[in-house]
Amino acid sequence: MTAQILTASRLREGDVVYFTAAGHWSEWLSDATVADAEADDLLARGKRDEAAGDVIDAYLVAVDVAGGRLAPLSQRERIRARGPTVRADLGKQARQRLMLPAAE
Amino acid sequence: MYRYDEFDHTLVAERVTQFRGQVARRLSGELSEDQFKPLRLRNGLYLQLHAYMLRVAIPYGMLSSEQMRMQAHIARTYDRGYGHFTTRQNIQFNWPELEDVPDILADLATVEMHAIQTSGNNIRNVTADPLAGVAADEIEDPRVYAEILRQWSTLHPEFSFLPRKFKIAVTGAPRDRAALKVHDIGLEIRRDEAGETGFRVLVGGGQGRTPILAVTIREFLPKRDLLSYVEAILRVYNQLGRRDNMYKARIKILVKSVGAEKFGKLVEEEWEQIRHGALTLPEAEIARIESHFAPPPYETRDATDRGFEARRFEDRDFARWCRINLAAHKQPGYTIVYISLKPEGGVPGDATAEQMDAVADLADRYSFGEIRVTLEQNLVLADVSLGEVYDLWRALGEAGLATPNIGLISDIIACPGLDYCNLANARSIPVAQRIARRFADLSRQHDIGELNIKISGCINACAHHHVGHIGILGVDKKGQEYYQITLGGSADENATLGEIVGPAFTYDAVTDAIETIVGTYLSNRRDGESFLDTYRRAGKAPFKEALYGAP
Repeated sequence: MTAQILTASRLREGDVVYFTAAGHWSEWLSDATVADAEADDLLARGKRDEAAGDVIDAYLVAVDVAGGRLAPLSQRERIRARGPTVRADLGKQARQRLMLPAAE
Repeated sequence: MYRYDEFDHTLVAERVTQFRGQVARRLSGELSEDQFKPLRLRNGLYLQLHAYMLRVAIPYGMLSSEQMRMQAHIARTYDRGYGHFTTRQNIQFNWPELEDVPDILADLATVEMHAIQTSGNNIRNVTADPLAGVAADEIEDPRVYAEILRQWSTLHPEFSFLPRKFKIAVTGAPRDRAALKVHDIGLEIRRDEAGETGFRVLVGGGQGRTPILAVTIREFLPKRDLLSYVEAILRVYNQLGRRDNMYKARIKILVKSVGAEKFGKLVEEEWEQIRHGALTLPEAEIARIESHFAPPPYETRDATDRGFEARRFEDRDFARWCRINLAAHKQPGYTIVYISLKPEGGVPGDATAEQMDAVADLADRYSFGEIRVTLEQNLVLADVSLGEVYDLWRALGEAGLATPNIGLISDIIACPGLDYCNLANARSIPVAQRIARRFADLSRQHDIGELNIKISGCINACAHHHVGHIGILGVDKKGQEYYQITLGGSADENATLGEIVGPAFTYDAVTDAIETIVGTYLSNRRDGESFLDTYRRAGKAPFKEALYGAP
């Protein structure tokens, strides 16, 4: 079964965020909690937080967890996790905490 | 330039107040996202990949220097120091925070701007020839009618919930610089046999997943009837356009399904009901709007300028820039200056806050304080005295804005693509950058000549790839970015849709494919032929063979 994580955007800033094992939203992909069988429960939590007004547009993202590092399977989500591939000075990549394979 | 009257001021100010209240209610939890989303979209606020995106309307692409400075202020104060000029002559900011958007709209209102109807199923920003009022080939200034349409369409209650978005373009010259044939309505100012000016009316053009060229439903429409006739078109569309399938909801699908002749008949029948009513344009009102677009106080000058000619003779770089970035002006001694927003390695259409301020200052100094945005994501200073062009060029160079590539292979139109856009399937910008770098040699670019490459990151075709001489469409194939190439498209008065040349190329292979296509053109072209001329004469076969081998 494909491993999945829960992502959304913060209502106030629009920032990309990921749901963590501690039950809050982090802006770092590496903090995301991975769901296998309980993905539906995770998504339900996202919808509850949407209703509470913390985040918007919550959905599940398929990831690879090889080597203990999370890597989204889709190019879209890799770019979302880092920032525009054409502007290294923008997005999360600009803050140099993310350890992800390059999007390109 | 048009200045707001009391109605415009009131309307925009009220909208800012309304939206401020809506944002506050959303942040307090009083409004759900389902309730709020249609409200934010009506104010041009999208949620994109990394953040919110605010699209600001620039009516028919006209900006005063004061308005340009406001864009720089917004970029600097609320965003990340830059803005992105679009193929709809608008500007987008990619990183605003929701809480700040009411303040941004309030700031915009102080310079008579807003973000109303830059999203949603309504009549979007009316576009026009970016050389309106100055082009040597112009019959009449289309901005007058674009402005009349703007006033009529803004918050029009009957057309606020159309089956789908609706785009109108207006030109006043036989040379189509506004892509009329890929608009829902295209209006071409022309003369009838008696010499009276009016409009040829085209309907049902569009791109997206079903590209269709507009058809003419009326050869000549008197100017006084503009609004009643356009309203009749919208009424027919509003009643008969499909609402059950968003992919079949544009007017182009309706016109195609009922046929142009029948659609035209339906419009004429509807028009008969309203043509003599309140929408008839009084001559005095046309004259009032015209007065806003009166020519600036040109000085009487010779058609040529000795200093300008001498500089062109002495400075090869200046001469090359002049050859490509200037266009003929109707006023002797003046010229139209294109400012390229496509520097090598840059993001097509992006300008920093500093560059926007620089352009505003240069517009004040050299072009009566006005700037235009083109459909090709470049800028125009429309009224520059020949004697001042050299100084302007040097100042543009200092701001990184003197790239001599207008209409050449590196003047690429690219949508934001997967680097920013929620709808995209593939990246557009880095493909444009790779191609621009491959053809960075300006002598080579100038030898290749006029060649428009347009790159869209999804089938919505925001970069107009269907009408690119070379069109590139990004697609997703099992998680990989692929690029489908079309050839032979054109958006001018002889518009054609590009033909798919063959199977798509990978991200790493697409630049080589473009080089193969260009090489095939160069080896096949005859004297004086542009890329499009050669393609139209030789057809797809030599390009296909060069790309994929002999069949």
